[in-house]
Amino acid sequence: MLSVSNLHATVDDKEILKGLTLDVPAGEVHAIMGPNGAGKSTLSYVLTGRQGYEVTQGGATLDGEDLLALEANERAAKGVFLSFQYPLEIPGVPALTFIRTALNAQKKARGEPEVTAPEFLKLARAKAAELKIDFDMLKRALNVGFSGGEKKRMEIFQMAMLSPRFLILDETDSGLDIDALRIVADGVNALRSPDRAMLVITHYQRLLDYIKPDRVHVLASGRIVASGGPELALELEREGYDKYARAA
Amino acid sequence: MSVLSAIRTRDAAELPGKRDEAWRWTDLRGLIRQVPEPSAALDLGSLPAGPFDALADEVLVVANGQGAAHIGVEPGETKVVALRILSRGTGAHVARVSVDVEVSGRLTILESYEGEGGYLGQTGLLFSLAKDAAVERIVLAADDAEGVTVSQAEVDLAPGASFAQTLLTNGARRQRLETTVRHPGGHADLRLDGVYLLADKRHADMTTVVTHADVDGTTRQLTKGVVRDQARAVFQGKIVVAEGADRTDARMGHHALILSDRAEVDAKPELEIYADDVSCAHGNTVGALDEDALFYARQRGMPEAEARALLTEAFIGEVIDRIEHEGARDVVRAWAAERLRV
Repeated sequence: MLSVSNLHATVDDKEILKGLTLDVPAGEVHAIMGPNGAGKSTLSYVLTGRQGYEVTQGGATLDGEDLLALEANERAAKGVFLSFQYPLEIPGVPALTFIRTALNAQKKARGEPEVTAPEFLKLARAKAAELKIDFDMLKRALNVGFSGGEKKRMEIFQMAMLSPRFLILDETDSGLDIDALRIVADGVNALRSPDRAMLVITHYQRLLDYIKPDRVHVLASGRIVASGGPELALELEREGYDKYARAA
Repeated sequence: MSVLSAIRTRDAAELPGKRDEAWRWTDLRGLIRQVPEPSAALDLGSLPAGPFDALADEVLVVANGQGAAHIGVEPGETKVVALRILSRGTGAHVARVSVDVEVSGRLTILESYEGEGGYLGQTGLLFSLAKDAAVERIVLAADDAEGVTVSQAEVDLAPGASFAQTLLTNGARRQRLETTVRHPGGHADLRLDGVYLLADKRHADMTTVVTHADVDGTTRQLTKGVVRDQARAVFQGKIVVAEGADRTDARMGHHALILSDRAEVDAKPELEIYADDVSCAHGNTVGALDEDALFYARQRGMPEAEARALLTEAFIGEVIDRIEHEGARDVVRAWAAERLRV
């Protein structure tokens, strides 16, 4: 589904990604682990089209379509969703208004009919209940005054509402206690399906106990330096990133 | 020297200009070489409905300076009045409106400026509020891009009265909305809010002067604006706390978003305090939309223009939410949304 080949990217003229190659087939969950500064967040921003991240070489496709040629919102309409490491606060915009605007913008871009207010509310109530989110919280300005854990849960709620095909989770476990982690993981696992794929970016192995990856990749100094099965995550937890950081 | 006397005497030298400190960012003398002929009387036979007609008990029309000019509210009476100030054509005109609200009277005044043409108009309003009277004034200034207008309101409050104002404008060729308040303290309460949404080469100037003359008065002020293209906004907010006007509580905020390199915002918040025991504060910010928030909205699927509109609507929404009259709040919210989605 996602195919990244020899990707080089710079931020402020500094090269962060240095020839990253990665394939995530439909139906699979891949984890990317790596030390701080390896380029994990840069990868998620390059794939989602944030300004200021310049691709100098290589490419990325989603189902064969050139992802890098599309605007950020066009990529979202194709089904790319990023769960932010630090979700933004949006003062003055109720969460429900924000998500409905986003959902209808995506539907419009895909040539689908917009969702009506009653349909939307029904869906929102159901998904909020699954994620144990108080419905009244969705009437408040998005993420304003929310705790770190609430913001992460709100990311997963948005994911459930927008029903994307390719999911990128950037450090979704940070700021979550063990109960919240379980709820979030259940929400993510509910979206696993043969026609979806996920990229789970994490510093620690803990999240992968709940969201079981098919493949684990080690990202160091802007490249994938090792790949393996779930056992690789356990090895990293035991031995740390040192040998990969040195090898890179 | 004033706009009023310039129009009455047809002497352009009477117009205020950039050499006058209070008008230095809204130069009329440099703009108008010759005061136009007096505006012709208007035939009101085929007048389209105004923005607030459906919400009001009474609709008053002042057209090219002519028409009903007095609003009175009896003691204890409550009413909602729509006041429509119309300008048509390329002439000059002045209008006078007086508003008297007697003891414990309550008035909601829904004022609209509706213009077509390259006119020069001045409107003078005098608000007089007796003890415990309450007025909410909501102004929708929709002037022509070629029009030049000056609206000058003077507000006289008695102790215990409350005056709450929200001005909304999309500017004009040159436009000034001025409010001068004599605040007697004595638990009188004042709210002066504003929203400007300017595009193209439009100009709007919101100027307020509040003088707290005695103890125990409150003033809350929040103005927010968005400027794009080559538009220019001016905010001048002055609060004077006279000697002895202790326990005055005054807060002023002005926050602007500049959405293009060639747009301009000139702001001058001023606090002049001659009393010892007061609580006064002002905040003033001018900046661009938060790029991180913009990316967040776009990552969720909103095209750039829609994301910008949503975030700017939210930005000014804080001011609109303070409007008490629900129907008027909905009207101005829709008006603002339409101007932000271009």
